[in-house]
Amino acid sequence: MTVLIAIALTLVLAGGVAVVFSRDPQRQAVTLSVYGMLMTLLFFLLAAPDVALSQVVVGTVLVPLMVMLAIRKIRGHR
Amino acid sequence: MSRSLRWVVLGVGVAGIGVVLLLAFLGMPDFGSTHHPYRDLAVPAAVRHGTANVVSSVNFDQRAIDTLGEETILFGSVLAVAALLRPADDEEQQQDPGSRVPLQATRLFGYVLMPLTLVVGIDIVVHGHVTPGGGFQGGVVLATGLHLLYVAGRYRSMERLRPMPLVEVSEAAGTAAFAALGFAGIGVTGSFLANVLPPGSFGQLFSAGAVPLFNVAVGLAVASGCVVMLAKFFEQVFLVRNEGDGR
Repeated sequence: MTVLIAIALTLVLAGGVAVVFSRDPQRQAVTLSVYGMLMTLLFFLLAAPDVALSQVVVGTVLVPLMVMLAIRKIRGHR
Repeated sequence: MSRSLRWVVLGVGVAGIGVVLLLAFLGMPDFGSTHHPYRDLAVPAAVRHGTANVVSSVNFDQRAIDTLGEETILFGSVLAVAALLRPADDEEQQQDPGSRVPLQATRLFGYVLMPLTLVVGIDIVVHGHVTPGGGFQGGVVLATGLHLLYVAGRYRSMERLRPMPLVEVSEAAGTAAFAALGFAGIGVTGSFLANVLPPGSFGQLFSAGAVPLFNVAVGLAVASGCVVMLAKFFEQVFLVRNEGDGR
């Protein structure tokens, strides 16, 4: 279990770094979504399924979708 | 403020937060230790009220006032999004969102998964007091599941599935139902948000007193709130055009 948590923590760290270093906001929305999935895995391993459920729907779907739509709108005006 | 002074302010701020965080981390129980004072109080309280999912018991029974606060924050965010994203004076609303045909595989994916996702969402809301989940998680699942119809390329069908006046009313109704359950607590026991229904038998669908009702109220408010917010974003992207905008 400890090994799994350590792996999940490392993945979350890598995911966070990937989000920060994605320069194009449109790609960043996708890396943010993947990062949300990794956080879900971590919460699940830490025996917090309620938080994992919130994370998977908000962090993986809702927020990246809003970011994507906002970026599309802004690009459309340029 | 000069550049060097700004760096000094930043340095003081970062150092201050660093010290406070360090002290807080040093005072925390060890990772994975068995010492959990809050758990030792919350779990027996949840079991006394017949709530199998302790998290739901904390959210809607023991600390329901906090959840009312979160509910109000969501309500405020939806209002703010609706106010900010309404078409401005120099923008006009088009009626045709334009057609765009996605891949056959994507359409199949959307059609097959949308009803499944909606059923899972309802399940998460209704069984929130028994299994992991609850009104918030299930509500967001319901709201995002609906948008699989957009992924399948049927923006118009999705619009028909969520008549906006109805969704706006149900968002307000969900939030009002939460507050009404709180006042029912005052009426019956004298305390705001007190659990007014019998706890029932542990682990059954009809158990945990008023917790399932809170879950349904929150599920309604959250699902409708997310749909309203996403609808405003979609309208801005697909329907609202600036005058003279070439697209």
